[in-house]
Amino acid sequence: MARSTRTLLVGLAVVGAGILLAALRVNPYVYFAGYVILQYVVIATAWNILGGYAGYVNFGTPAFFALGAYTAVFLIQSTRAPLPVLILAGGLVSGLLGLGIGYLTLRLRGVFFSIATLALSIVLQTMIINWEYVGGSRGLSVIRPSGPPFGSYVTFLFAVMVLLSVVAVTVARFIERSWVGRGLAALRDNEEAAECMGVPTLRLKLFATTVSGVLLGVAGAPFPYYVTFVEPTSAFNLDYAVNALAMPMIGGTTSWVGPVIGAVLLGTAQQLATVTISSEMNLFIVGVVLVAFVVLAPEGIVGLVRRVRGR
Amino acid sequence: MKPQRIRRWALTGGVIGALVLAGLGAPTARAAEPIRIGFGMALTGGLSANGKPALLAVQIWKDDVNKRGGLLGRPVELVYYDDQTNPATVPGIYTKLLDVDKVDLVISGYGTNLIAPLMPIAMERKLTIMGMFGLANNEKYQYPNYFQIQPAGPDPQTSTAIGFFELAAKQTPRPQTVAIVGADAEYPQNALVGARELIKKFGFKTVYDRTYPPSTVDYTPIVRAIKATNADIVFVASYPPDSVGMLRAAHEVGLQPKIFGGGMVGLQFTSVMTSMGPMLNGVVNYDFWAPEPTMLAFPGIKEFLKEYQARAEKAGVDPLGYYLPPYSYALVQVLGQAVEATKSLDQQKLADYLRATEFNTVVGKVKFGKNGEWAKGRTLMVQYQKVHGTGIDQFRGPGKKVVLYPEELKSGAIVYPYSAAKN
Amino acid sequence: MVAGLLLGGFYAAVSLGVSLIFGLLDIANIAQPAFVILGSYAAYVMNRSFGLDAILTGLLFTPVFYVLGAVVYRLYYESFERRGEESLRGLVFFFGVLFIIEVSLSLKYGVDYRLVEAAYIGKSIDLGGVGIAFRLLVPCLVGLAMTLALHLFLSRTFYGRAVMAVSQDRLALRLMGADPVRIKTIAFGVGIAAASLAGALLITIAPVVPSTDRDYIGRMFAITVLGGMGSIAGTLVAAVILGVAESLMSTFFGPSWSLAVSFGILLVALAVRPAGLLGR
Repeated sequence: MARSTRTLLVGLAVVGAGILLAALRVNPYVYFAGYVILQYVVIATAWNILGGYAGYVNFGTPAFFALGAYTAVFLIQSTRAPLPVLILAGGLVSGLLGLGIGYLTLRLRGVFFSIATLALSIVLQTMIINWEYVGGSRGLSVIRPSGPPFGSYVTFLFAVMVLLSVVAVTVARFIERSWVGRGLAALRDNEEAAECMGVPTLRLKLFATTVSGVLLGVAGAPFPYYVTFVEPTSAFNLDYAVNALAMPMIGGTTSWVGPVIGAVLLGTAQQLATVTISSEMNLFIVGVVLVAFVVLAPEGIVGLVRRVRGR
Repeated sequence: MKPQRIRRWALTGGVIGALVLAGLGAPTARAAEPIRIGFGMALTGGLSANGKPALLAVQIWKDDVNKRGGLLGRPVELVYYDDQTNPATVPGIYTKLLDVDKVDLVISGYGTNLIAPLMPIAMERKLTIMGMFGLANNEKYQYPNYFQIQPAGPDPQTSTAIGFFELAAKQTPRPQTVAIVGADAEYPQNALVGARELIKKFGFKTVYDRTYPPSTVDYTPIVRAIKATNADIVFVASYPPDSVGMLRAAHEVGLQPKIFGGGMVGLQFTSVMTSMGPMLNGVVNYDFWAPEPTMLAFPGIKEFLKEYQARAEKAGVDPLGYYLPPYSYALVQVLGQAVEATKSLDQQKLADYLRATEFNTVVGKVKFGKNGEWAKGRTLMVQYQKVHGTGIDQFRGPGKKVVLYPEELKSGAIVYPYSAAKN
Repeated sequence: MVAGLLLGGFYAAVSLGVSLIFGLLDIANIAQPAFVILGSYAAYVMNRSFGLDAILTGLLFTPVFYVLGAVVYRLYYESFERRGEESLRGLVFFFGVLFIIEVSLSLKYGVDYRLVEAAYIGKSIDLGGVGIAFRLLVPCLVGLAMTLALHLFLSRTFYGRAVMAVSQDRLALRLMGADPVRIKTIAFGVGIAAASLAGALLITIAPVVPSTDRDYIGRMFAITVLGGMGSIAGTLVAAVILGVAESLMSTFFGPSWSLAVSFGILLVALAVRPAGLLGR
């Protein structure tokens, strides 16, 4: 009981700090860069629920993310719905897709599952390209609502993202600590054995894919208001798939802290690379860091810290 | 609380702190002296083949200006970042430019998709913004302080195709049927919308109207389907890989329309021209610049191209630089002239001046009109003629890319029908 | 239809490497498309500097790529396989390799579209009223030859059989007196060598930029999985199905849906018959 209270308090503190930061109106660039990094915190955490805990590698991250974004675009176009509605709807639609791929896991495991999610991403992108109402292949400019709190809309989005990442991390932490997490870990290590021992594998997998889908959709829903221009190539960018995979890998996949550390480190590095070295170095960094980490520190930073501590 | 858990929370706190520092830690020292011009540019990703030459053109302008003593007596400095051809990076880049680097002026990156996310930022901060090759970016916003250098004119959507269809309508015997095809991407789709409008206007009959995904590998099935319709006019709106694919397939399948081409991006690139060689002959395609006497008449263009070609190899960009670079240069030229004339970096004063003045640039006289587009469109239609082999030097001189449209820049006559010029 | 068959032959050539490395060795080498593009650039450089035919270059470069593949595999083996934690981390490792190759290429050769020249590009022959482009016919034939060669390698030679064996039962192989790591090195090398040739074919068909590899990741793995893991014949069948599906869609229903259809086929196939068409 005490522990959950403490979690709640820490979560609230982080949200409070975020809002405070937003209210301070420091250099606006902080909010822009911070938004992107936090967005990756949510994405990496969401991916890790399925990929890290359950061991199902999702290559279709862009599909879920873009589905959240395009659900938002659709609602903006049709009803100009407010942001909370967009986020809920984005999460809902993506969650349904997650449930769908959850049933795929009935038949597909390992790399087959990964490839199916990749294919799913391509099919979905083609559908969006051919759907003129949300901009089709030409893309669509989205006009932000006027009069947001904190002076500028991006600052507001930043505060929203702080909240969303706290929610995502809390959910991940909860899953990890509960019997669900232990069940998922069991089926990651050996699905047949887990099944035999009475772990309800299908229900657990469906749960993991759905939650992961919801969170990815939630991460994507504010995206249209952030970029103000949505087009399929950038919304379905392969970078999301790679980063979603790379960040938890670098941080460590077995614990909820891993994706957060990975997202903050890699996200910050990428943001800095974009505005300093520019050029191709951004991708190069990701490549080298990835190879270096999986070769030298296979358990990620979390694993590294544990090893140093001699555990 | 167990010590271990405390440590973990401390870690979280540290992480958030690092995040804040990452943003704040950027240099805040402000160089008062130089005039800083900021932009994002596609140096990697899909549009980088154009973005890099555009960057070189802007750099040449900077050197030229600084050689003459700078603007308002202050040297010019460029601050630019790679937008990776990804619109999602644009808001971050420009906020960094404006709030951390404190640039005095901003120009856009290359291409419609990279300008679109910049518009709201410019409007929010009431900036004067120069757009580099954006198609109809301002139609939705109608922001008065936006100026765009691509000579698309007041009706951007039909600008690519207008010359093509006007030429087609003038030929005897007049062609009747049209096939249009294009990639599922931003530019081709816009061009197709314009083409449909023009087809209606000129009273042609559409017999084929399809789009394809940009990652298509084999174009022969598409070309074969077009051939089966026996269309007189074939209008293609494509990006470089598909332009090459379509052209090759057209030769392989033996497509023989009366007039062929239109909106094929990529044929203008030197690397493509020197690979396709004689296969280009007869194609009537849009362009922005060709080494024809009518285009070389503009002041400063020869000097610019000489400088560009000298520096191109080292920069690893298109060796001739005929397509986009003169316009990129003209864009900053216009901006520089406005700064000089108003003796000011005040965004509103600059915009008022830009709106009211006719500028003399390396691409001719530029006057901005409705929505910040050129008051009068000037997208060229050129025809590739008498290309022999794949040598690069033949493309340096006139006669290979003959300007057919518009009338005042015309440098030669069209060879019609397509098959007569093809061999 | 004919165009689809030709395209299928080419797809088979591109996918063979994946089929071998991923299908038989169970190594999720997602960097394979990047090796293919590397092959394309090798062909481009040789074509530009010495006027060498692209496909000939592809063939000449196979030993170089073989060695490259062997080195990459050794690295992979030392870092992951020996520690018994290959699948997920291996995947990430190859993702990293993919980026490194892609960025190195764009740093060295820029981002312009690269093409090659050959006498047969742009010409076609008439077969029963259907013009067949040499640009597609040649890659298709080479692709078929590669498929056949690989099939013979696997079924007739000692090393080939050993590769088949290693994919099924490592212990039995060891009892036979062969070193599985050595066998896998050979197989991986052959797979990468196939990429050299496939890259040459690719640049013959279409212009290439360093990031072209991303268009092929999906197709290559789709074909391998659809064909059935490790089945060379299945790879060919799946490649042809994909090629024909794309072509037919392009001709009759509008090309804009052709990719979605191919991957739709894959999704359905995966859901109904995960082992693939000719799976083990």
